[in-house]
Amino acid sequence: MRREAILDIAIFALLVLFALVAFATGQNFAVTIATKIAILALAGVGLNLALGYGGLVSFGHAAFFGIGGYVTAILASHAANYEPLAFGLPGTTQMLVIWPVAMIVAGIAGLVIGALSLGTSGVYFIMVTLAFAQMLYYLAVSWPAYGGEDGLSFYVRNSFPGVNTLAPVPFFAICASLLALALLVSACLTRSRFGLALQATRQNPMRTTATGIRPFPVRLVAFVISAMICGLAGSLYADLNRFVSPASMSWHMSGEIMVFVILGGVGRLAGPIAGAAVFIALEQLLGPVSDYWLGLVGVLLLLIVLFAPGGITGLILREKRHG
Amino acid sequence: MTLLIEQALNGLQYGMMLFVMAAGLTLIFGVMGLINLAHGSLYMVGAFACAAVAAATGSYWLGLVASLIAAAFVGALVERLVIRRLYTRDHLDQVLATFALILIFSEGTRWLFGSFPLYLSLPPALAGAVSLPGGVTYPVFRLVIIAVGALIALGLWLLIGRTRLGIRIRAGEADREMISALGVDIGALYTAVFALGAALAGMAGALVGTLQSVQVGMGEPVLILAFVTVVIGGIGSIKGAFIGALLVGITDTLGKALLPVLLQPVLGAGAGPVGAALASVLIYLLMAVVLIWRPQGLYGARA
Amino acid sequence: MAEPILELTDLRKSFGALKATDGVSLTLLPGEIHALIGPNGAGKSTLIKQIVGEIRPDSGTVRFMGQGIDALDVAARARLGLARSFQVSQVIPDFTVLQNVMLAVMGAQGRVFRFLRPALRDPGLTEPAAQHLEAAGLAGREGVKAAALSHGERRKLEIAMALALQPRAFLLDEPMAGMGLEGAQQLTTLLSDLRAKAPILLVEHDMDAVFALADRISVLVYGRLIATGTVAEIRANPEVQRSYLGEEA
Repeated sequence: MRREAILDIAIFALLVLFALVAFATGQNFAVTIATKIAILALAGVGLNLALGYGGLVSFGHAAFFGIGGYVTAILASHAANYEPLAFGLPGTTQMLVIWPVAMIVAGIAGLVIGALSLGTSGVYFIMVTLAFAQMLYYLAVSWPAYGGEDGLSFYVRNSFPGVNTLAPVPFFAICASLLALALLVSACLTRSRFGLALQATRQNPMRTTATGIRPFPVRLVAFVISAMICGLAGSLYADLNRFVSPASMSWHMSGEIMVFVILGGVGRLAGPIAGAAVFIALEQLLGPVSDYWLGLVGVLLLLIVLFAPGGITGLILREKRHG
Repeated sequence: MTLLIEQALNGLQYGMMLFVMAAGLTLIFGVMGLINLAHGSLYMVGAFACAAVAAATGSYWLGLVASLIAAAFVGALVERLVIRRLYTRDHLDQVLATFALILIFSEGTRWLFGSFPLYLSLPPALAGAVSLPGGVTYPVFRLVIIAVGALIALGLWLLIGRTRLGIRIRAGEADREMISALGVDIGALYTAVFALGAALAGMAGALVGTLQSVQVGMGEPVLILAFVTVVIGGIGSIKGAFIGALLVGITDTLGKALLPVLLQPVLGAGAGPVGAALASVLIYLLMAVVLIWRPQGLYGARA
Repeated sequence: MAEPILELTDLRKSFGALKATDGVSLTLLPGEIHALIGPNGAGKSTLIKQIVGEIRPDSGTVRFMGQGIDALDVAARARLGLARSFQVSQVIPDFTVLQNVMLAVMGAQGRVFRFLRPALRDPGLTEPAAQHLEAAGLAGREGVKAAALSHGERRKLEIAMALALQPRAFLLDEPMAGMGLEGAQQLTTLLSDLRAKAPILLVEHDMDAVFALADRISVLVYGRLIATGTVAEIRANPEVQRSYLGEEA
């Protein structure tokens, strides 16, 4: 097995181990932290597909994360109030229904935003994705039916057949399983024909076109899949907090998801787990020490960008960034 | 009707400030090829410098001068320390590093000034309102902002078109190597351009901060609108930034004022919230239309 | 006369006042190597770009295998079998040699959207790719990263990628550029083998190679074709001597 694959598995195993040790020592709060890491890492895995493998520097992925969250909260709150949604459809508290809906809605948003944005490249693409995400953010803020600026809460975590989702460990297990599944899907995708084409369009679009492959549809499909994974992560995140707010689709969130990917190492499978873990660890460790911990994260991020472009996994593997 | 004129003037004023922000962004991108997310932080720095100096000295005018100087100084410093290492990097690194700068600036400012908004009071000469033809009374200060924006637009146009610095800037845009071969210190030129963009942002921050309030995070919404402006106008084009800014400013202001009213007959009581929600996305729809029609922006040269 | 594989009719392209392509008509016949020569700035690359679809001519038509391809984009023309090599080698640097050729095989097949099976375990990709590598003289280098190849090997990789498109015509833009004497000789042999697979439109500065390989030569000066003919005819053409070959003599 390649060193990188071993590292991927080791990082994932560490996260699971951390949750198990926390549970064994009765620290439920730490299990919740591990759950948060798993969910944010899932969002990172989604973004990594577009950003790391496809070279699509999207600064708007919080939009999909937030959409996943809103879909979840809206379905759950309608179910709680026995109020039908549009067309008389009922709300639901079943995760197995909520997840696909969240992914489909996020995917459709990804399709529209991607189709509009992928005609541009470079800085334009960054600004355009950022702007469209901000549009959804303002829409969420100014739409009073679902909480507007205050966000939308629901009081009971959604349910999964045969699992007590309210207990920390089972919910962690759900999130970690989905993360593992997403990693597996990512690994398959990047090695497949499609993955080959995607990475080729990143490295040399002119050559790729000259071999008969149009970059646009390849990029669009990657963008949509990436949006769907972020939507799923957003759904879990809403369930973790039993709350969703416009902040989940703010550009700070987009920046943070991007930071997970970069801290971990761009285009590395398990990079986002390492990145999210470090970010949350900093939040937990520095947060109590200083109210200004985000500023310290900024300093750290700046140093990494300037002096360690391979991120954490890059440092461990002693390699520069992919691509 | 008076409402319409008033809102149109508000839109113009808003557009002018967006232009001052977007001009700096587009100049920095055009000349150095750098995407600077921290531009909004410089806007905030200017506003806080103005508030602090005005509070300490009692003079709003000194505050304004301080906003220019502080933002230019901080801009130059950041350019020397961080930004110049990013010119040869890809856009991803630029985004991350300048995102990191935002975190540092925001938390640093919060540490220095706290989280509560500061308010500036206007000197008597700028306070009050004047009557305009058509029976509209309009605040003097907003008219001053419009005039300042117009002056800056004129100034930039003269600077780029008529001066040696402008020639260097245009040459730098065309060909970095050629300009260093001409014996121009390209490092100093870049610092100067960055400081100029920063000073413009700082002044915009001070002016808008006077109108609203001065607080941490104030630069971020305006930064994103400046991005929308630049995308609409075309990257690197001052003229595009000007047209784009006015389009965005007027669309946004009029949309927010008029849409709820216009939708009233159609939607009845629901018009308020729906109109407000629609108005908040109007400029992004404008951007989407421009992207479909002209992906490189109205005055953009390259795709 | 055989039906031409590639036929340009009165192509014109201006950039502002500069007429980069000024009424060029040219054919590529089955089995031939047709060399396109001309001084720097004559518009050779602009012409190639119009053939592959990278830029649109202002007027004139390009026909390929008897059909008009003016409406097709670069990828569609490539899939029809219009294989191109670039003036500056264009490969996917992080891919291995094998993966590079697999990419081209995939493009030719038009089957990109397969998401699960690892491409490296897809014999429909690996087997043709390995064959093309062997034909281009790169057998044994499959696992090397393209970025680590020598200049000459990268040229060969480009040719392997061109072969993977099942080409009906090759457009080779200065394949000899930057090659040493030995490398150029090897490549000359390789190109004369390629001719058996499809005709070649060869843009080249290396006159030894052109005279050794070409069946016909066209001379482009300031966007205009001033002559087309056999090697002997072109050598004897006074206008060509004056405006081009003369420079080197």
